Amino acid sequence: MSRADVVESARPVSPLWTFGLLRNELTTTFRRWRTLALLAVLAGVPVLVGIAVKIETGDGSSPGGGGGGGGPAFISQITNNGLFLVFTALAATLPFFLPMAIGVVAGDAIAGEANAGTLRYLLVSPAGRTRLLLTKYATVVLFCLAATLVVAVSALTVGALLFPLGDLTTISGTHISFAEGLGRALLIALVVAASLIGVAALGLFVSTLTNSGIAAMATTVGLLITVQILDQIPQLHALQPYFFSHYWLSFADLMREPVYWDDLAKNLGLQALYAAVFGSAAWARFTTKDITA
Amino acid sequence: MPEQPAARSQESGASAVGGEAVIATRGLTKRYRGGQLAVDGLDLTVPAGSVFGFLGPNGSGKTTTIRMLMGLIEPTSGTARVLGRPMPRATRAVLPHVGALIEGPALYGFLSGRDNLIRYDSADPAADPRTRRARVAAALDRVGLTAAAGKKAKAYSLGMKQRLGLAAALLQPRRLLVLDEPTNGLDPQGMREIRTLVRELASDGTTVFLSSHLLDEIEQVCTHAAVMAQGRLITQGPVAELAAGARGRLVVTTPDPAEAARVLKEQGVGDVVVTDDRVTGEPPDRDLADVNTALVTAGVRVRGFTVERASLEDAFVALTGEGFDVAG
Repeated sequence: MSRADVVESARPVSPLWTFGLLRNELTTTFRRWRTLALLAVLAGVPVLVGIAVKIETGDGSSPGGGGGGGGPAFISQITNNGLFLVFTALAATLPFFLPMAIGVVAGDAIAGEANAGTLRYLLVSPAGRTRLLLTKYATVVLFCLAATLVVAVSALTVGALLFPLGDLTTISGTHISFAEGLGRALLIALVVAASLIGVAALGLFVSTLTNSGIAAMATTVGLLITVQILDQIPQLHALQPYFFSHYWLSFADLMREPVYWDDLAKNLGLQALYAAVFGSAAWARFTTKDITA
Repeated sequence: MPEQPAARSQESGASAVGGEAVIATRGLTKRYRGGQLAVDGLDLTVPAGSVFGFLGPNGSGKTTTIRMLMGLIEPTSGTARVLGRPMPRATRAVLPHVGALIEGPALYGFLSGRDNLIRYDSADPAADPRTRRARVAAALDRVGLTAAAGKKAKAYSLGMKQRLGLAAALLQPRRLLVLDEPTNGLDPQGMREIRTLVRELASDGTTVFLSSHLLDEIEQVCTHAAVMAQGRLITQGPVAELAAGARGRLVVTTPDPAEAARVLKEQGVGDVVVTDDRVTGEPPDRDLADVNTALVTAGVRVRGFTVERASLEDAFVALTGEGFDVAG
């Protein structure tokens, strides 16, 4: 029997049509009130930081009380240049708020569909298991980007409203123009978004293990907190370079002149490693799993 | 209903590999990780063009079988062919031609009914996005949901959700419809509409695989049926033959039941049972007119004299030796 039977020839599959699912997945994800609430919280962080700095420095003192070590990176520079609020806000949200939001969306990706029973209908449509998993991962990665940009844009807006803008001083002490500063801010936002790729893959893998969206979200966020704590324990320094969060704050190196690439490259390499390992694990699990929900 | 016209089966070249069968399983077995044997050596054959009733008590393995046919669960052993192609290997080629309602509808509560269908349709890589809106509208119309299409699905009643689930199965012209308990949650009017819909689809040439626990429903719409119990297939075949397996009963209504029972036994009627003014028994092989004459001659006043046809339920009880209870 030839393979070109009616089953296949009746409805030719256009390769471009397969992106219909991704488009639908994106609109579905960004129309959920939960997604919008997460983004609203992320947008609120720079507002809080900006107002706090404004109030604290209203009497002319510098934020952080002159101790130098207080508060997130760059916070003492905000009063001179609103653009630094972008860097401060990203440094403040990267350890917890951003990855938590990613953990919620990634953890719910497969498990949430299983929980609602919609997974079986997507699969008999037939979405295809690999295609569905890739669509889900692409959506989570795009959500990483959207979440980071929400923080950056909110911070830039608040910074421009509350503080002066202009040329800025890098960590190395050199001066760069405001336009170049904006370019660096965008680059930093992209690096921060890329820093979340590892958590996204981890969350997606956890999501293929259970039929409960809540359990998957809780597990992912729990792992995130655990890793952050372990990263602070000096006795574990041999392991720490393999924690996905270990090089997260290396994005500050983009504010050096010249840029110090070592840790940035390590960070991106580590994220790629996590994406490969947990992406493969998620694929191995999801393509062989019995869908009983 | 007889087999589909030959033209259709010849046209579907490759699907003729398994003869006329739209679904054919051989030794299909599923043992869950806990060791529980859910489906045990199933040899199921669903002829093309049939309306196939899939019967069995809860827990008899119907749903596991349907999930294996749809490629959701990997069989432990044995093979399943749907539309002539092996499952779950050929899901991408087979499933665009299959509409399914499995274990009730599942919807995105935060999306409208229409957007739910658009989502399921865009999950099918073989569905043309240019005709998507039109097909969604047609499917909504077919199940009577056009007026509620813009409402969020979480505001739907159970019956409306069931209809939306059916609409999802009807987004494309299908060669096979797998409907698991399609009338669940529907009122009698809705049930009748579904039965009409199933008959319409079947007359268009779609094979309908219908699981239900409502035996009279199966009897009303199905041409073929299979009965499962405790993971095994007990019987399958045309409904008429299955029902014929359990013979009809002679029923005599009379004010003189004792005398009637005596005469009927003389006439060769077996298993005579007397309840009030009804005397029933297994009809003898002779002409029933002679039996009636004998009754009248013996002075029995006969009010009614009929043969009640065996129902599928009688056949089911005869086959399983039990009622329609949940398997332990």
